[in-house]
Amino acid sequence: MKRVIATLSAAALLVAGCGGSSTGGAMENAAARKVTGQVVVFAAASLKESFTRIGTEFEAAHPGTTVTFNFGASSTLARNITQGAPADVFAAASPATMKTVTSAGEADGEPAVFVRNQLQIVVPRGNPAKVTGLADFARADLKIALCAKQVPCGAAAERAFAAAGVVPKPDTFEQDVKATLTKVVLGEVDAALVYRTDVRAAGDKVIGVDFPEAAKAINDYPIVALKSAPNAAAAGAFVAFVQSAKGQATLAKAGFAAP
Amino acid sequence: MKLDAHLVVRRERFTLDAELTVGAGEVVALLGPNGAGKTTALRAAAGLTRLDAGEVRLGGELLDGPGTWTPPERRPVGVVFQDYLLFPHLSALENVAFGLRCGGASRAEARRAASALLRRIGVGELADVKPRRLSGGQAQRVALARALAVDPRLLLLDEPLSALDAQTRPTVRSELRRHLAEFAGCALLVSHDPLDAMVLADRLVVIEDGTVVQSGTPAEVARRPRTPYVARLVGLNLLRGIADGHQVAVGHGTVVAAEPASGDVFVAFRPAAVAVYRGRPDGSPRNVWPGAVTGIEPYGDAYRVQVSGAVPVTADVSAAAVAELGLAGGQPVWVAVKAAEVEVYPA
Amino acid sequence: MSRHRSGAPAALLVPALIGLAFLVLPLLGLVIRAPWSRLGALLADPGVLTALRLSLITATVATALCVLFGVPLAWLLAQPGLPGRSLLRALVTVPLVLPPVVGGVALLLVLGRRGLLGGWLDRAFGVTLPFTPAAVVLAEAFVALPFLVLSVEGALRAADRRYEEAAATLGAGRWTVFRRVTLPLVAPGVLAGAVLAWARALGEFGATITFAGSFPGRTQTMPIAVYLALETNPEAAVALSLVLLAVSVVTLACLRDRWVTRV
Repeated sequence: MKRVIATLSAAALLVAGCGGSSTGGAMENAAARKVTGQVVVFAAASLKESFTRIGTEFEAAHPGTTVTFNFGASSTLARNITQGAPADVFAAASPATMKTVTSAGEADGEPAVFVRNQLQIVVPRGNPAKVTGLADFARADLKIALCAKQVPCGAAAERAFAAAGVVPKPDTFEQDVKATLTKVVLGEVDAALVYRTDVRAAGDKVIGVDFPEAAKAINDYPIVALKSAPNAAAAGAFVAFVQSAKGQATLAKAGFAAP
Repeated sequence: MKLDAHLVVRRERFTLDAELTVGAGEVVALLGPNGAGKTTALRAAAGLTRLDAGEVRLGGELLDGPGTWTPPERRPVGVVFQDYLLFPHLSALENVAFGLRCGGASRAEARRAASALLRRIGVGELADVKPRRLSGGQAQRVALARALAVDPRLLLLDEPLSALDAQTRPTVRSELRRHLAEFAGCALLVSHDPLDAMVLADRLVVIEDGTVVQSGTPAEVARRPRTPYVARLVGLNLLRGIADGHQVAVGHGTVVAAEPASGDVFVAFRPAAVAVYRGRPDGSPRNVWPGAVTGIEPYGDAYRVQVSGAVPVTADVSAAAVAELGLAGGQPVWVAVKAAEVEVYPA
Repeated sequence: MSRHRSGAPAALLVPALIGLAFLVLPLLGLVIRAPWSRLGALLADPGVLTALRLSLITATVATALCVLFGVPLAWLLAQPGLPGRSLLRALVTVPLVLPPVVGGVALLLVLGRRGLLGGWLDRAFGVTLPFTPAAVVLAEAFVALPFLVLSVEGALRAADRRYEEAAATLGAGRWTVFRRVTLPLVAPGVLAGAVLAWARALGEFGATITFAGSFPGRTQTMPIAVYLALETNPEAAVALSLVLLAVSVVTLACLRDRWVTRV
């Protein structure tokens, strides 16, 4: 019986979410009183800083809840979910990785795109190699890190290079965007391609360099509550919160673009 | 090319303090009970154990002493170890050639010399055999060849025959005697078996608890032991007392000897010279004592009987006599020894 | 088990069989669930052979390095009366208990482009280690060295020191004793240690990917290739795992028992 109610509320919230944020607020207040307990959120590595902040805000808005995050490469997280890892919500960095979860029947309803992310060139403090654009990625004398093609950031990078007509000469393909960023922070590479949000999160340890082709390779980030969520009510509430004005403001501050 | 050594090595249980001299061509055997310090002495001579005091001098050259210590690899010594310690991964020939190669010989030269040596020792056909396939006697010969290969001035042998079984021992022993006789340098061997020591050595040195208690030719030591241990080894009755002419006061009794003596003396006689009687015997022996049987043990084809009393003795009695006399533990008996059989010598 | 006893006691046999099953079943699972019909196509990818060749070469070179530096280190640890031996041995064992990724981070901090030593290498010679096959070898050697050192140290301690004394009396100096007597006697221990080290190096992932990165043909070893394949093509991952498993089993099976156990 509990599951039926949970599913119905989740469905109602999703409908409200798809319809726009105006009606979401009223629904949210109604649900706020029933939401409690732990919420497990699997989210793409690039969402680390913004989602952590959202988690705190969610706990403040819904006293009695605890949000636990598992950040990692979207593809790895998707695989974990299909293999039965217990989670309430999944936020991926690309529709392709979300598809892994939906085609396995793990999603509770249709995923909603809640933000978009754009790539940005990142270089170590001081830009020692004087990198100005994507063309520099073809220089053999530079040490370059890219995300592996199998992860969303890597797929987006491929699209960007194709659009720019540049053949990059990377020295390493890292397994997720944070590992790629770390190589830049440590000064081990001269340039990498990561999301704007990662550059902003790294603060003054790195410098971001915009490039025009970024607009050609934008990643949509979908989010969905999971079918076998242990805390379905809270799952739906969280998804709604992310899409609410407050959640969107936090995401925008981190550098994400509106969906 | 003499060995002159004063060996002082401090151990937990005792301190070895022994003076040894071995002349060129001489074979000296260190005899003593287990733990007496014989092996320690040998190791000190080899340089495997450092001296705490004293010195080791070979041919006048100081090998170990105050301010000097020559490591074993630079000493002109060869060692035959108790377990032979032939290198398991090398054949007999390679074992013997090892020392020659260390000395700078080429592979071919070393192998030639080693092969000749193995043949001289009598195990030439075993050249390519690995140590684990050698019998005890064969391994012993290879170990000897290996030690001799480096042309040592001092040959040290640690219980060279103790690992052999009773059948192979006599043959190997007489062969070893021959090789030692041919050896021109000093030879020092360690043994706990008196027979091995007496056959192989020109001189015996008996060590007990780290000190030399007796030294002399095998014949001397066999006839005139100076400690109960040595007496046991050579199979003699040994007593100690004060002599006054032909009488020697020992413990609670008196022993009459054929030769006169005076002062602190040892008294020795063979167990075979002791006769056992049920009652007090009447006859020529001057030495007649009462006692009681404390032990009977088989000894060869006779029996060794321990008798306690004013003068405790060990007697050799034939099986027939034991039966006839009905000897048993605790039985009171009389023992007699002819004065002519008693050896008296200064202590 | 001899013919005279009635058989192994159940108290030993049962746990032994359970232990065996625990080890063998996952491997069997790999073999049974492998996409046999599509195996050819999956493995025809040139990337597979590249990753395999890189893995085999780096693991072997890493093992050679471990033997070259590990045997003397083991000899040092086995010396009687060595001051601070327990501390030294604990330090040698650290890579065993350290999570491999942490090892990779540590290597970066020392040998990375801005590392303690690596920075100097870059400034003085223009040499950087990360993202090169050399980095893979170093990462693998770092995690595999303890296996070799501990194995050889054990063999050295168990070896009979008296053979070394015998060699000394025959005129052999310390280096000659080590070369011609000690080393041959512990050769089985060295080989066993080298096999362990090779196997560990072959399977290394965390330290390699952190320190050397991942680039096909240069630094993407088999384990990394398997991990990446798992993201998008689990079947390919299983196929690659099967190859790694087969190579390992064949190599280990070829080592004859008597080479690895004591003489």
